[in-house]
Amino acid sequence: MTPDMTTVEIPIAAPARWQDYVALLKPRVMSLVIFTALTGLVCAGGSMNPVLAATAILCIAVGAGASASLNMWFDADIDAKMRRTRNRPVPSGRVQGADALALGIVLSLFSVALMALAVNLVAAGLLAFTIFFYAVVYTMWLKRATPQNIVIGGLAGALPPVVGWAAVSGTTPLNAWLMVAIIFFWTPPHFWALSLTTHDDYERAGVPMLPVAKGEPATRLQILLYSLFLVPLALTPAFTSLGGPVYLAIAALGGAGFIGLAVRLFVSKDRADAKRLFAFSILYLFALFAALLGEHLVGLKPLALLG
Amino acid sequence: MSDPKDEGEAFRKARSGRNYAIMLGLLAFVALVFIVTIVHLKGNVAAPSF
Repeated sequence: MTPDMTTVEIPIAAPARWQDYVALLKPRVMSLVIFTALTGLVCAGGSMNPVLAATAILCIAVGAGASASLNMWFDADIDAKMRRTRNRPVPSGRVQGADALALGIVLSLFSVALMALAVNLVAAGLLAFTIFFYAVVYTMWLKRATPQNIVIGGLAGALPPVVGWAAVSGTTPLNAWLMVAIIFFWTPPHFWALSLTTHDDYERAGVPMLPVAKGEPATRLQILLYSLFLVPLALTPAFTSLGGPVYLAIAALGGAGFIGLAVRLFVSKDRADAKRLFAFSILYLFALFAALLGEHLVGLKPLALLG
Repeated sequence: MSDPKDEGEAFRKARSGRNYAIMLGLLAFVALVFIVTIVHLKGNVAAPSF
């Protein structure tokens, strides 16, 4: 499980600045994690001291950053071969791999320990599992082994809402896992749409992403199938006392747009359509969680269509 | 070829920046643990479990 560092020379570049260490934490991914974790925390509905709530969100954000740093340490060899990632701090030589590893381990320990001490053990355990799943199961094992890498590995990115929910209540009810399921089934069409436009990179790096391993037609079909499953799934919070009328409207309209773009990509075979679906998928997920967050913040009553 | 003196200065500046970042991070962590402790103390004093 040691990365193959013999084939790629990591250059010695300018001295590492503190900003390079911040870049190791993937701040843009971190912001999405903060947003979904905050939504889980607010939707849990219980009362929580604002300081402890902010601490819980901070721990989740730092935990996400820690796993990103571990990912950049382990994947430095393949990152160096891909246009999209070769300017990252480790492959560009600005930060030593050992430093990225140390930062990842230290921040993992700090974030999980603080979550356990300040919030509760359920949230801390879930956070530890999330970091382990991303850094070990996805990065070290699945990513180089199977085209299903981002399907299974996507669980790590899907878990923040349930960690946020557990931080408030100490429990993980079905509605929390429903939010996880939405992100879990959103990840494959989102990521495969991106990899359709960048699979030359993955091919060069030897990463068996679906378009590399099975070809573009199979990827477009899988995107369509996952989209057809995701969109009805994203409607279900309106039936389980989680989403309200605004959520239902956004899930229905956004879902129609999502399936429309997936069908268009399937038919047209145009890479521009893959880019469109990728961009729309970000907007779609953001809108779904923003609707849930907004409804719970203003106290809008959930629909509970199943009674 | 770059001037070794300038290079030394760049390394010194970068190291100084990293040191300040670590100091601020540790101070923030200490402050956070202190505040969290006070919040828990306050809650336990308001509603003792014994």
